[in-house]
Order: sequence, then structure tokens, then C-alpha cells
Amino acid sequence: MMKLLILLVVVLGVMAIAQLARVYELTARLRGKREEDISAADNRMNARLMWAFLIAYFAFFLWLVMAYGDKMLPVAASEHGAETDWLLNFNWIILLIAFVLTNVLLFWFAGKYIYSKDRKAFWQPHNNKLELIWTVIPAGVLAVIIIMGLTTWGKITAPAGPGAVEVELYAKQFDWTARYPGADGVLGATDFRLINGTNPLGIVTKESIQLRMDEIDASIAGSDSLLANTIMADNKRAEVTEQVERLRRTQARIVNLRTVMELDIKEKGSASQYLYGADDIVTKDFYLPVRKEAKILIRSRDVIHSAYIPHLRSQMNAVPGMTTTMKMVPTITTDSMRTHVMKDDTFDFILLCNKICGASHYNMQMPLTVTTATDYEKWMAEQFKKPFQAPPADATPAAPAVVDSTTVTVPVTAQASVITN
Amino acid sequence: MGATTAHSAEHAHTAHHHHEESFISKYIFSHDHKMIGKQFLVTAIFMAWVAVIMSLIFRLQLAWPGEGFAFTSFFLGEKWAPGGVLDPNMYLALVTIHGTIMVFFVLTGGLSGTFANLLIPLQIGARDMASGFINMLSYWFFLMSSVVMLASLFVEGGPASSGWTVYPPLSALPQTIPGSGAGMTLWLVSMTLFIASSLLGGLNYVATILNLRTKGMKMTRLPLTMWAILITAVLGVLSFPVLLSAALLLLMDRSMGTSFYLSDIHVAGEALDHVGGSPVLFQHLFWFLGHPEVYIVLLPALGITSEIISTNARKPIFGYRAMIGSILAIGFLSFIVWGHHMFVTGMNPFLGSVFVATTLLIAIPSAVKVFNYITTLWRGNIIFTPAMLFSVGLVATFIAGGLTGIILADSALDINVHDTYFVVAHFHIVMGMSAIFGMFAGIYHWFPKMYGRMMNTKLGYAHFWITFVCAFGVFFPMHFIGLAGAPRRYYSYSEFPMFNGVMDLNILVTVFAIIGALAQVIFTYNFFYSMKRGPKAVQNPWKSNTLEWTTPVEHLHGNWPGPLPVVHRWPYDYSKPGKQEDWVSQITPLEHDEEEH
Repeated sequence: MMKLLILLVVVLGVMAIAQLARVYELTARLRGKREEDISAADNRMNARLMWAFLIAYFAFFLWLVMAYGDKMLPVAASEHGAETDWLLNFNWIILLIAFVLTNVLLFWFAGKYIYSKDRKAFWQPHNNKLELIWTVIPAGVLAVIIIMGLTTWGKITAPAGPGAVEVELYAKQFDWTARYPGADGVLGATDFRLINGTNPLGIVTKESIQLRMDEIDASIAGSDSLLANTIMADNKRAEVTEQVERLRRTQARIVNLRTVMELDIKEKGSASQYLYGADDIVTKDFYLPVRKEAKILIRSRDVIHSAYIPHLRSQMNAVPGMTTTMKMVPTITTDSMRTHVMKDDTFDFILLCNKICGASHYNMQMPLTVTTATDYEKWMAEQFKKPFQAPPADATPAAPAVVDSTTVTVPVTAQASVITN
Repeated sequence: MGATTAHSAEHAHTAHHHHEESFISKYIFSHDHKMIGKQFLVTAIFMAWVAVIMSLIFRLQLAWPGEGFAFTSFFLGEKWAPGGVLDPNMYLALVTIHGTIMVFFVLTGGLSGTFANLLIPLQIGARDMASGFINMLSYWFFLMSSVVMLASLFVEGGPASSGWTVYPPLSALPQTIPGSGAGMTLWLVSMTLFIASSLLGGLNYVATILNLRTKGMKMTRLPLTMWAILITAVLGVLSFPVLLSAALLLLMDRSMGTSFYLSDIHVAGEALDHVGGSPVLFQHLFWFLGHPEVYIVLLPALGITSEIISTNARKPIFGYRAMIGSILAIGFLSFIVWGHHMFVTGMNPFLGSVFVATTLLIAIPSAVKVFNYITTLWRGNIIFTPAMLFSVGLVATFIAGGLTGIILADSALDINVHDTYFVVAHFHIVMGMSAIFGMFAGIYHWFPKMYGRMMNTKLGYAHFWITFVCAFGVFFPMHFIGLAGAPRRYYSYSEFPMFNGVMDLNILVTVFAIIGALAQVIFTYNFFYSMKRGPKAVQNPWKSNTLEWTTPVEHLHGNWPGPLPVVHRWPYDYSKPGKQEDWVSQITPLEHDEEEH
């Protein structure tokens, strides 16, 4: 019924337009004119509408600024954010001047110089001086914009200093996980082939390798007995066989990984990146201390995601197969945001996904809590005790992710942890 | 139309060369550039409607998330819109296909295909394109590509859903999104056909403009439309092959187990075999086309507008050589700016700074163009044809969208607006609206040339003003949604209380979008009605100087009944002092003491 109604409305609408157009054509013909000729009245009307539009355009802009200006992102809660906000405002001033100037001229001229049979347009094919002026002035302004922008960009993307808090953000469809270095202060190596229910980030330790090998052995054994003892369709059989082959390949790679790990440990001793994973803290909470530089390492398990924290003016993609980084110094704690800035007890900084990643892309978020240094220490201490809880979405039951063995104490200053596969 | 081809056209084939052409050779397998232009246009109008309806469906969801609409279920049925509520996967599919159709099928194929084919031989004084057969192939590849793209809407799993930029791994792995199954394969096949079409067309355009200009048509006497189309074709010929290779590599990653773009992926409970590839590589390849593509879309529109503004302001385009220079500068720079789409992909920050500088340089020729348009209007003698209105509209959208581009090009500022609605607002205004306004302007202006009839002016006015107001009503508020931090390609914002403050803007945007779409009904009606029943056109309805208006109203294969015209002057002698009329056709010889300009 509704569909019929929609169709009816569309058909009637088209008919109404058609009739209106016919009426125009016929009345024009009655007046001895052709509809397609542009009359002086037509020109005048459009010229006036140009001016009216200019006013409406600016009014709409002003209304948007006044009605929604305070609903934009609040004050930046990071050091570089304050700087980019300033730069943005500086750019806005330049752009607003250009916006008003060009639009006023455009619509003013368009409305002013209405056609008249009695005069001719001003003959002015070119004027090199004018051309020069409006090449050089924009060039100068842009040079300023480029230099200021790049100065800030350079600061934002410079490597984090020593002593920065290091956190890894790990993205997968459709949630975030954070990883903090354990007591050794260094994030351990990872490999995506070690990922399972208990080791969602694929942290490399001797135990996690053994666990995964056993798991794959069990799977292969299961499939083998399935193949040997059941009657199945050929395509199903091929599918299972292929799966077994893939598992074997994965296993071979893991064996390879184990060899590399053992060699690396033998060669580098306690400096080997493979020795730091065991005590890493894997958590669904994302905490940062205020006024301390944070170095965020970002990885992805499946597709490209993007770690975007609007209040901190920070964003970086999470790309499978590589580690990206961003750094920031949060300047306002969640508590101060709640009580002083937003005046809203439920406020949280949000880490959200900002790169199309699948059906639930629109709800891939994790709150960020910025706390004082003491609260951060307290929270950290709790994390040491708390085993990782796998998210409910994962089918496998949760088990302690932190395998408590091989605790190697290393100086916390060893910052250069390499996270590769 | 339907005239017998009494004269002997140089390119015509000897086989069927007497009396009337058959329906098939005239309307379907036509070699005539004018007919091919019209074929492109009508196909593009159809594709544009598909994309507009898609945008209405997702706009309804964005304004009233989770509510059921009869409109939605009418088009999508129970599978993709249970109870009229849009499915999240279908939402992503719709934004993907909306973008693909608009960028490639409407604003590339539709705009370049229509006006390059229609205008090149007419404005340079040639009988037809360099190769009529290749030209016909170009259309047929385009049509096949359109059909394949539309077919992808009906496969299980839905059409491609990873955004029109189809970044892998999302686009490579069907485990990650249902649209990356058969739908994505069809998308890639369709794009391959499209690229073939675009290359065949582009080579033909370049060859024709460079080689087939009539006597006296020096490069410095070419109308700016020709310059714009020439540079557009060069950009297309140089950049589309890169997209083709990107698409082929993606096809191999999907079907043949290669790892160009894939590495270290664990999905659906298993570790994949792929190692060593990089998803960022795809982005480099994609945007190496993708950014020139923006100018492939925009330059023809700017060329068309230059022509129309000059004609209807009855004044020479200001700074003809500067306009050519800026087209060349934009064309060149467009090849070295692609990285500005990738500031937050983890690309080397130093590389990022290079792209900042090159990108912001494009603002200079763009500013020159805007100032030249404005100066052309100054002390002009303006006639507001619908084409002129759309041309002025283009300058307005080019200004509004160009200025926000300066923010986005500045990497430090881009971090916080990257992939938010601010970007959506920016590119819809500067590329979408500007190009579509240029296309409308071209249609209204050259309709008499295409169909020998006039479009209804009053409906044209209504169409322009409603479209113009709605364009700003739709895209201007999006800047504010973006500055509040709201990401694009979100099915709903209800999970984020932080965006509540700006969400009522989404309702405003959707209302404007609906009205704007209805205004296109006016256009479509006007177009098809005028094609058959519009008043007969005179030979040169706009008193224009360019060569296409020296051809007869009735189409001839070969364009000019007698010998080809000889050109004596540039195309912008409007209101030249000492002349009786306010226009002088390019074929009028210079008087003995007359300076060229």
C-alpha cells in the first residue's frame, strides 16, 4: 500500500511539473515571446536571487556557528592538540577572509552586471599586473601556512623521548585491546600465528609456542581421524584436507619461529626481544597518566582500523602486518574533564575506530581514562595481579594470558623494544 | 535529425553509405561522436539516479537511525532491510556503490564521455574523432562496466562494501565482510572494463585534439573546454593504468593466493598464509590514480564553465593564458600529491611533509582560476541562462570546497579531521557539487547542439535554485558534524553520546537531500521532454563564438556540410570594441588592422 502511495506521489509530482512547464510555454507564446528566450525580467530575478543567496549563505553559516559552535570538540586534552587547535584557528581566520571576500565579489558581480542591450561588456581580456597580484599573494599566504603546518607536524611525528609510557593498542573486528609492558618495562615480541583464545595478541613465549603447537597437533589429529573414520562428500573431504595442510604450514612456521627465538636468545642473551612477552599486561582498560608522554604502538589482527581519540586530537591507522606509532602528552584527566570542562559525570575520552572495517565499524570503541600519576601507578599495580579476561565474543574460555614464568629483570630504560613478527 | 547524409563524410564507411542509416547503426553501434556523447550522457543520468536513490536510503538511516522506512524496503526488500530498517552491511555497500558510481560512472564517464565526445570535433573543427570505432568501443566498455556494476547489486552477500577506495584487507577477504565475496569480484571486473573504456576514450581525445584541429586552430586559439579536456585525457591515460594494476594485484590476492597487500592476518579463527605484503602499497597505487581522478572529474567542469561564463557574461574570459597555465599546473601537480590521503597510515612523516607542500601549491592555480572567473563577471553583461547559473554555482562550490581543502592538506590539522564528516563535506562540495554543476551547465548549454531543441528555461531556473540551496544545505552542516569528531561511514552514532549535540544536523541534512533529489526529477523531466517536444533551436542560440555553433542544427555525420571552417581568431571575442555585435565567431577573419586580442 505504502509503495503504491509513493509511486502515486512521484507520478503526480512529475505530472504537476509537466503541466506547469506547459503553462509557462503557452503563456510565453501568448505574449508573443519564446519561452527559451531570456527576458529582462528573468535576468533581474536571477540577479536578485544571487544577492539573496549571498545573504542567506552567510546567515546560514553564522547560524551554524552560533547554534553548533559550542557542540564541537571541547578544548584539546593533549599538548600537541592545543597546538593544532591554535593552528586550526589561525587557518580559519585566513580562510574566512578569503571565503567572505571571494563570495561577496562573486555574488555581488553576478547580481550587479545584468544584461542590457544598450551597453557592451568591458573589454578586458587580460591584465598581467592583476594576475601577478593574485598569484603572488596566495603563494605568500600558502608559504606561511605550509611552514607553520610543517613545524607542528614535525613536532607531532618526532620519535617519543626516553621514559615515555609505552602502550600497545591492538585492533581487531570489532574491538580494541591494550597491552602494557610488565615489570621488565618492555613489550615482548608477537606473532599472529600464536593467536588463540588465551593469547589474543599472539605474544611469543616458550609456553605460548608450545601451547599453540599442542593445540594444532590436536586439531590435526582430530581432522585426520575424521578423514579416516567417516564417510564424507568429496568436496567436504577436500576442504578438511586443505585445512589440515594449512595447519601443517602454520605449524612449520611456528617451528621456524621457535628456532629463530632460540638463536636470538643464545646470541643476545637477556636483551632478546623474545624474553619480554611473558609478563606483558593484556587488558580491556586503556589508562594513561596525565602530563606524561605516551608512546602508542598500534597493530591490527585482520583489516585496517584507525585509532582515533578526538579529544586528544590523535589518530593513526592500525595496519595488519606493521606497527604504527603515535605519541601524545595528555594534559587533562578524565576527572577534570568531568567536573570542570564538560560538567558531565558520564564523560569519558573515547578511542574509536575511524577506518571502515566491517559491519560493526560504527561501534568499535574503548574508553580511555587519563589519571594522575599516582592513580596510574595504583591501577598498574592492580593489573599485575589481574589475569586477562578474554572478551565474551571469543568462544574459547578465558584463561590467564600472562604466563608467569621466565621473569627476567631488565633495566626499565631499555626503551627500544622491537615489535615485529 | 534523420537527415540523409548527402555529403561524403571523410570517415564514413563505404558499406552503408547511402540514404538513411539503420536504427542499429545510428543509435546503437554508432561511430558518430555526437551520438556517442549522447549515449554516455543518458547512461550517466540513469546511473546517477541509482546513486542518488542509494544516498537517500542511507541518509534516512543517518537521520533516523533504526527506524523502518517503506522507501528503504521498497528498494532493498526484507533481506537487506528487515522491516524497512537498513542492514549495517548494506549501509556500507550503499556508501561504497554510491561513491563508485558517482565518481567513476557519472563524473568521469558521464562528464568526460559526454562532453569530450560531443565537443572535441565540433570545437576544433574536425569531421569526427580520430577513430570512430575506438570511440564506439569506449562507450560499449563503459556500458558493459555499468551493467556489471549494477549486476553486483544482486549477488548473494551484496555488492562491494569496503568503501569506494576498496582498501584491502577488507576488500580482499570475504571473511571480514560479506560484500567482499562475489560483489567485490564484480566490482573489480567492472572497474577493469571501465578503465579500458576510459583509456580508449582518452587516447582518442588526445590524438584528436592534437592532430585534427582545423586550419587556423592554433593551440592558443583552442576554447578552454578543449584545453581542460585535453589535460583531463592526459591525466586519465597516465593514471588509470595504475589503478588497473592495483585492481589486478588485488584480484590475484583474492583468488590466487598471492600476498601483494596481505600480511600477518588472523581472521575467523585462523592464521592466513599471506606474509610479506603491505596494505599501504594498495593505497599508494590507488591514490596515484585517485588524486588525479579528482581533477579528471573537476577539470572538464572548469573548462565548461570557463566557456559558459565568458559567453553569458558577453566578455572575454579573463586571463586566457593564465587559465591555460593553471590547468597545466593543476594537471602536473595532481600527480605528486596523492600522499595527502595517507597522512595517518603510518607513512614516513617526512614523505608526509613533501605531500603537504605539493598539495598546498595546488591552491595557487586554483585561486588564480577563481579570481579570473570573478573578474570575468566584473563589468560583464550577464545573461542568466540556466547554464550560466550553474556555472556561477560551480565557482561558489569551488571556493567553499577549495578552502576547506587547505585544512585537509595540512597534515598536522588533517590528523584530527581525517576520515570524519569534514572530509565528506569537503570532497562533496569541491568535487561532487562542482563537477555536477559543471555537468548540468554543459547539458543546458549544449542541449540545443545535442538534440536540436531547447530545454525549458523556467524549469531550469527552478532546478538550479533548488539544487544550489540544497547542495549547501546538505554539505555545509557536515563540516560541523566533522569538527565534532564524528567519523564517516558509521551506520549509526547512537553508541556515541559525545556526538549527540550535532546529530539533529543529520535530520536537516537529510531533509535537504530529499528536496535536492526531488529537484532532479524536474531536471530529468525537462531533459527527456525537451528532447522530444522542446521548442526548435536556432543555429546559435547563445550567440557564441566557438565553432560548434557554425554547424547546422540538424546533425550530419561529418558535422559541416561544406568544407571545414577556417579559424581566424581566439574564441573569446565578446564585446570587442569597434564591433557591431557583442560577439565575433571564430571563423570571422580579422580585419586588416585588427589585433587578435
